[in-house]
Amino acid sequence: MTVADVLLLAMGAVAVGAGALVVGTRHIVRAGLWLVVALGAVAGMYLVLTAELVAWVQVLLYVGAVVVLLLFAVMLTRAPIGASADLDRARWPGLLVGGGAGVGLVALLVDAYRWTSVKPPDPGNAKAVGEEIFRAWVLPFEVLSVLLLAALVGAIVISRPDVGSR
Amino acid sequence: MHPVIPYVVAAALFAFGVYGVLVRRNAVLLLMAVELMLNAVNLILVTAGTVLGQVFALFVIVLAAAEIGVGLAVILQLYRLRRTVTVDDVGKEDGEVPA
Repeated sequence: MTVADVLLLAMGAVAVGAGALVVGTRHIVRAGLWLVVALGAVAGMYLVLTAELVAWVQVLLYVGAVVVLLLFAVMLTRAPIGASADLDRARWPGLLVGGGAGVGLVALLVDAYRWTSVKPPDPGNAKAVGEEIFRAWVLPFEVLSVLLLAALVGAIVISRPDVGSR
Repeated sequence: MHPVIPYVVAAALFAFGVYGVLVRRNAVLLLMAVELMLNAVNLILVTAGTVLGQVFALFVIVLAAAEIGVGLAVILQLYRLRRTVTVDDVGKEDGEVPA
């Protein structure tokens, strides 16, 4: 057990606990706030895994933008502030499929990796990531920007008040 | 560093995401569960330890941002039309507003 292992374990426990509360809590707003905790813990794991660019993009985009958008949606749809009893439908199909997926994936990954140890990559690889994106993956990158534009226009068109009203 | 730790965390997050998508009735909570699943996949990509994995993780993050923007626009329009964001009620006839 190295320092990295201890940090990964601690932040992994935070992420898993917060993730359980995201899908388990009866308060809609609290689910969004627990999502912040879970995504922040995952960003911390990225840092320990020496992927600092991904970690900060995660903090900026997920914790900064996506969760704010989700909380806006919670407020705009007049979600109840307190606990609501009718957030979940019957639990057993979800438990069955989710539990099956979780157990299967854990079994697969534990069986594949056991308790093997790898040397963590060197920190400070933002330059390497940038070079990889703008050399090998520049065309997908540009397609992605077109997709973002399309999503932006689509979101504006969909949410226009005069569309679909009668 | 033992890669099995982040892998197991990612598997657990993915399982919670699947559970949330299947169980939640509120469309906004459903999107939150989808975010959990996307994050689990990203964690696996980053744990793989290559630069390529991080590039893919960045792409997935951008796709998730686009998805959440369009998804929330759909949810808002649904709320405007039906006064509810409960996904069980989407297929019902117009004007049949649940209590």
